[in-house]
Amino acid sequence: MSGKDNGYLVGSHLEKMLRAGHFAVTGELGPPQSADPAVIHEKAALLKGYVDAVNITDNQTAIVRMSSIGAGTLVLQDGLEPVIQMTCRDRNRLAIQADLLGAYALGLRNLLCLTGDHQIFGNHPTAKNVYDMDSLQMVQMVTDMRDKAIFQCGDEFKGQTAKFLVGAAAAPFADPTPFRPLRLAKKVKAGANFIQTQLIYDIEAFAAYMEKVRELGLHEKAYILAGVGPLKSPGMAKYMKKNVPGILVPDEVIDRMLEAGKEWAGKKAADLSPEEKKARSKAWQTEGIQVCIDLIKEIQKIEGVAGIHIMAIEWEKAVKPIVEGAGLYPRPEVN
Amino acid sequence: MIIGEQKPLDEIQGLLEDAEKVLVVGCGTCVTVCFAGGSREAQILSSSLRMSSKLNGHPQDVSDVTVQRQCEWEYLDEIEKEVAEADIILSLACGIGVQAMAKHFPEKWVVPGLNTTFLGIPVEQGIWEERCAACGDCVLGLTGGICPIARCSKSLLNGPCGGSEDGHCEIDPDIPCAWQLIYDRLTAMGREDNLLELQPPKNWQVSRDGGPRKIIREDLRLISDELES
Ligand code: SF4
Ligand code: SF4
Repeated sequence: MSGKDNGYLVGSHLEKMLRAGHFAVTGELGPPQSADPAVIHEKAALLKGYVDAVNITDNQTAIVRMSSIGAGTLVLQDGLEPVIQMTCRDRNRLAIQADLLGAYALGLRNLLCLTGDHQIFGNHPTAKNVYDMDSLQMVQMVTDMRDKAIFQCGDEFKGQTAKFLVGAAAAPFADPTPFRPLRLAKKVKAGANFIQTQLIYDIEAFAAYMEKVRELGLHEKAYILAGVGPLKSPGMAKYMKKNVPGILVPDEVIDRMLEAGKEWAGKKAADLSPEEKKARSKAWQTEGIQVCIDLIKEIQKIEGVAGIHIMAIEWEKAVKPIVEGAGLYPRPEVN
Repeated sequence: MIIGEQKPLDEIQGLLEDAEKVLVVGCGTCVTVCFAGGSREAQILSSSLRMSSKLNGHPQDVSDVTVQRQCEWEYLDEIEKEVAEADIILSLACGIGVQAMAKHFPEKWVVPGLNTTFLGIPVEQGIWEERCAACGDCVLGLTGGICPIARCSKSLLNGPCGGSEDGHCEIDPDIPCAWQLIYDRLTAMGREDNLLELQPPKNWQVSRDGGPRKIIREDLRLISDELES
């Protein structure tokens, strides 16, 4: 990984952690469906110190929320480093580049390039989408902004360039699965410096994927962060297994969640007192966090994985016990 | 071909306002083949309009006529008389035919009876699917004859996205994932290398994004000029 300026591409905290060879921890923060900065500060406080950087989602699931750049700037003020997510769904190449110039000027240094969920899933299904470019083309465009000081059209920057550590997502188990490592290779070739994967619950399948990734030498060209997330209930596990593309949830994981709530097994929510419901949620959540910790420990054994990306949106409180439980706290210092 | 679908009857009635003499004009080409606006549909729609207008207490005189192609001037000349007698024209052609009618008969109010939906194909009896978005720079040579612009929900050139599952697109279990189809086809044809190359951002300027498009063929124009002189 060649670089300028002290050998770093951008010198962000995340880049320094990865370059130093520390097992990195990133988190995720979903901005509110409002203009309230307090929500961001509260969530940031729960994550600060436990993650090296936090992804700020961009109109996640196509629901209008505070912009990732706006929310990311607030997070940065709190002393937590953001990773700005940017989708191809809502912006064309002019808007993406313009927003990134602004993001750089505001001090943001990490970027995750995404295609974006289709808008029919969100709260404005009648909107026109953009998809002027795809995520790979965006990776290449922002890499060229940084390394060649050019805009997508080929014009040169006049003055300060916008330099980001460029990330991309990977969905190891989406179809067609034989193509997934090759598509990752394409993203790395386009310039991705780090990769965050879709949620991993199936260690065996992920290990097999990583084997292909290593064969292609991709782990040496980009830092691969495995996506993990705590389950809240057996229902959530079953839902994801059945309904979310590219997520494999093995039966053992579902069984562990069921086992945790066996005291209340066979009872419908309506049959339970509020206290019982609370106790059941608590038992499930404790096990969900433990499953996540165990997954992280397994993931750490897989060669070529540079860190984890914890997705606990709307459950930011879970990040602390996960990071502590996985033996990843305190986070190493780099400078 | 161009695929269209008839608008709901009450919307059509609204468009016809209180015109006394309505001429329903069918088109004998694409919309005939997709059973949306041919002579049969023009006849059926005319009688429904006659009946419903009678029931509403404002009976309308509705007649129908169908031309070979509403998108060519010469065919429109054939119905000059019928058009002249009507207060309003309900065109059952695609949007192109409706506009041709409006242009050709500038003194008449022309309204659409169809929603022009897409450029596609009848994949089987009663089922039509979109195939082309007329992007102006065809990439089918790269993708094995499967269009990523019209058939991938995100028009990706470097697909598939992470939403592809069991062969279908993330937006709907009934919509095939174009990139799964492309992957299967290129693999079967031994051309999977096409998938490894990074396709640059598309030139949308030659698509609708560059403004309304126009083609001028000087070679053909000269011939017609010669013929006219
Ligand atoms: S690539 Fe463009 S021209 Fe070719 S089929 Fe698709 S939309 Fe039509
Ligand atoms: S699932 Fe397939 S067709 Fe749908 S948007 Fe993704 S790549 Fe395109």
